[in-house]
Parts: sequence; C-alpha cells; structure tokens
Amino acid sequence: MLMVNKMSSRIPLPYSPKVLELFRNPKNLGPMEDATVVSMAGSPACGDVIRLYLKVERKEKEDIIVKATFESYGCASNIASASILTEMITGKSMREAWKISWKDIDEKLGGLPAIKYHCSILAVGALKRAIRDYYKKINEHPDWLPKEMTTEEKQTLEEERMIEHLHKMRAKMVKG
Amino acid sequence: MSVKDLLKEHGEPPREVYFDLENSGYVPDEVIEAMLPYFNKIGYGHPSITHKPGWEAFEVVKETKDLVAKTINARGSEEIIITHSGTEANNLAILGYALANRSRKGKILVSAIEHLSVFFPAEKAKDLFGFKVQQIPVDEKGFVDPEIFSTYIDKDVSLISIQMVNHEIGTIQNIKELVRIAKEINPSVVFHTDAADAYGRMRIDVNDLGVDMLTISSHKIHGPRGVGALYVRSGVKIEPILVGQLSSEKYWPGVENVPLIAGFRKAVELAFKDFDKNVEKMRKLRDRLMDGIVNSVPEVLINGPVGDKRVVDNVNVSFLYVEGEAITVEFSLQGIYVSSGSACTSRVLEPSHVLLAIGRKHEEAHGSILFKVCRYHNEEDIDYALENIPVAIKRLRKLSPLTPPHLKGD
Repeated sequence: MLMVNKMSSRIPLPYSPKVLELFRNPKNLGPMEDATVVSMAGSPACGDVIRLYLKVERKEKEDIIVKATFESYGCASNIASASILTEMITGKSMREAWKISWKDIDEKLGGLPAIKYHCSILAVGALKRAIRDYYKKINEHPDWLPKEMTTEEKQTLEEERMIEHLHKMRAKMVKG
Repeated sequence: MSVKDLLKEHGEPPREVYFDLENSGYVPDEVIEAMLPYFNKIGYGHPSITHKPGWEAFEVVKETKDLVAKTINARGSEEIIITHSGTEANNLAILGYALANRSRKGKILVSAIEHLSVFFPAEKAKDLFGFKVQQIPVDEKGFVDPEIFSTYIDKDVSLISIQMVNHEIGTIQNIKELVRIAKEINPSVVFHTDAADAYGRMRIDVNDLGVDMLTISSHKIHGPRGVGALYVRSGVKIEPILVGQLSSEKYWPGVENVPLIAGFRKAVELAFKDFDKNVEKMRKLRDRLMDGIVNSVPEVLINGPVGDKRVVDNVNVSFLYVEGEAITVEFSLQGIYVSSGSACTSRVLEPSHVLLAIGRKHEEAHGSILFKVCRYHNEEDIDYALENIPVAIKRLRKLSPLTPPHLKGD
C-alpha cells in the first residue's frame, strides 16, 4: 500500500551550517543568457531538479568553464549542492571538472545527511550531462571522457525513472 | 557537525509563530502547573495500590475518564481507556479488536486518507491474523462518497475505521451517515473513528454518531504528549495488545503516567471551557490565514474542502513550482514553523498518501504546506506570517527552473 520502511526512524535533518548558509545566500544563481551549454537533471515528480548553465571558452587547447550558474527545484541541500558545484567548477577546465565526484560536494558542504546524498549526486549528474552535451554539440570526443556512464550519471537516471517504477509497483500491489 | 552549530547559523528570528500543531506543540502554563504536583506532592503513587498516594493517583485517572466521557456523551469512565498516545489508541482499537475477534477474521475497511497509526495496525491485523484490508477511495476534497462506501459493506465486514477529520487536509467526514449505512447493511459491524483532529474543534456525541470506538489525542488539544484516550462502547470486545503487571486500566499493563494524565485533564477542561468562543476564534484565524495566502501568492492550490466542511484550524495549500522542505526551512528562518507533505520531509519515497489519494500530482504534493491555527494565536501572528510568506515563496520561485517567467519578475 504505502512505500515506507516501518523499521526506520525519523529525525530532523542534521544539515551543516554551510548548507543553511548557501540555502540562504546561494552563489551563481539564475539562468545565463549566453550559456554555451545548459543541462537539466532530476524530475519534478521526484521533487528534485537542477538546471546547470555553463559558459565554456577554449584557451590553449583547454576548454575552460569561465562561468557557471544554476537553478534548483528541491530541498535546502539540493540548492546548496548546486550552488557549491558552480563555485567548484568556475575557472576549471572541463577535464578537471569531470573528475568532481558527489563525495567532493558532500565534503565541501561539511557533510550531507545520508538521506540527502542524492542531492550531491544529482548536481554532479547535471554537470556530467552538460560536459557530454558540450562535446556532442561540437562533435569532439576528448580521450579523457569515458564512453561508459559514471556512478552519478547512472544514479541520476535511476532517480529520474524512480517515479515510473513506483507507479508500476503501486499498480501491481493494487492488483494484489 | 553539530545541531548547535546549525542552530547558531539559523539565528533567532524577529518573531516566532508555531503552526506545526499537527506534529505537536505548545503546552500552556496552566496545563504544566496542573501536572507538576503529581510528580512529588500528591498522587505520586501507583493508582492500583491501596494507600493515600494510590487513591490520589487513582482519583486523577478516574476523574479524567469521567470528564472525557462527558465531553463526548459517553456513558461514563467505564467506556474510556486512557492510553499513552493517539497512536496507541488507534493501535488498541484496531489490533485490540482484531486480537479479540481473530477467530472470526473478516474484513477491515479504512479510508484511503487515514493516519498511519490506523493504516499500519490494519496491515498488521492482516499479516498476523489473516483479516482482509480494503481501502475506500475518497473524492478530490477527501470525502468518502456514501454510495461508493455502501458497495464495500457486506456480511464479511468486521471493523471499519474512518477518521472524523483528516489530519492533513481538514476534511470533516459525515461519520453519522456512514455509520448508519454500514449498520443498516451489516448490524454486527464495529465502527471506529479517529477523532484526534476533531476533538476540541467540533462537538462530538458518540451516541448521535453511533460509533463504537473513538480516538482522542492529548497533544492535539494543547495537552502534554504521551497521553491519548480511546472510547470503547460497552459490549464491544477488544483485548490488550501489551501485557504485564496489571494496572488500574484493564487494557494495558504498567504504571499510569499520572502527571501527564493530570495535564491532559486540564487541557480537556480548557478546550471545553469556552468551547464555542475557541472554535469561532480558530475559524476566524484560519480564514484570515487562508484568504491572506490565496490573495497574496499567485498559483496556490487549496488542499481539502473550503467552508463548513473543513475543520476550523486547518490550512493546507500547495505552492506550485517550489518544494515543501525548502519552504519549511525558508519559513523557519523567518520564525514561521510549518510542515510539508513532500517526499523530502516525510522521508518516504513518495509525498503524502493523503494528497495523492485526493488526486494531487507528485509535484503539487511536494509543494504542500500544512498550517494549523489555535486559540493561542492572535491576528498579529497571522499577519506576521502573511507578511513573510509571499516574500519567501517569491525567493524560492526565483531559484526554481520550473517557475514560469511571469512569476519570476520583481
């Protein structure tokens, strides 16, 4: 009937002060009109969406993220994750930015509650999607960009498909 | 990382208004003062033991039951069981009934928007004793349609549990009519109603309603947490679900929490002292808040009915394009305390089952916020909230990629 683990407990989310600070004053907020690439991750049905805007310039054979902004629909840690990600990637090359993992975001935020790890995964998922889209757009394939999907990309897809799964599960249960 | 650091970062808001009365809240000084003597001055004995402190303790339990019985027109204290919570009262009603009637089995009917403390015991009765459980759907305002309801009633139905007032969306169910229909088709049906969100907000008469069991919760009427009550009509068979050393209460063992029960008694007294005045005050504050929100924030959905069929203290709205947990944090920074039916706050994979049952889409449910007003609020509290709510929603909408451009401008 209800998708809930009856053996779990419920406590207020132990957000770090950094999460609250960035929730209150997010950095690099809003759409970017002259973005080179825009990506979106998550789904409204899940209550989690991040849209990432990157301005990329080629300097001495490196593609540099000169500007990054975001929009976020989601909880406080979703907003904080997207905000810190834009700070972490500004000025970095695409090659370096690709290496950022959800754990790096978690660390920079002073530790997310375990139940909120998916927010940092979603932020990295959006970044990786933007990087792939960029190279697809210019029809290049740098050797450091793996063909295989990373953990964050897989989990982002999984979250996006989760609601579909839930609907199927629910339908099955009703049928009995 | 510590919660202390988080609280420091949060800071003290200029004013605080607590609307999260669904989840617990304010206990007035009068209630606390009524409790204190029973820790160390009088009645600190066990209410089952024959000595003065025992008699004093027993007097509290007995008087509380008498008072509760009077407020719902029950026969007397023998029809009232004091429990440790509304949750325990619901568990005792459903599992206690299932236990006593396990050889008969049969069907348990619940509405699709019941509290989890009704849903889960019903599921347990299925798993443990082989009862069948069926959920009765509700319409888009949360009402059980009497005609649809009647199609669920047959000779196999043993127990029905439908709440008087929904805890999230404030729908006042026509329990009297549902009881009449059920008993007309199957006179042996036992009807339980969870009245935790109705008690103290509307008149309840168990004989007029015709219900067999009824749940009350202390913390929902500004009493202390940790006390509830279950009305069980004489002749209805239930069995205790906890066992141990006998207490003055035959349906559960252990030592009665007399100080808390004394607090509950005081809370009942206060709720019924100026009953009509209190109800009218809540209704006015509710309307001021709900109208204020709808008039100052665009693209808001009201969850549940409006008017007389909505309980007097409940305001539940969905702010589109923003997520509920972010709203609760944003409001908290302004000293406005609420809760949300979003998946994030309920810590389950899906948003509130109540909102899904009335046909809200996931993204509509994620933006839902529940406010409850009470007689301790005043108009200034409501106006403070109304000053801050539009600003908070505007800021979060500015962040959201789902917000249409016409709502993003300054």
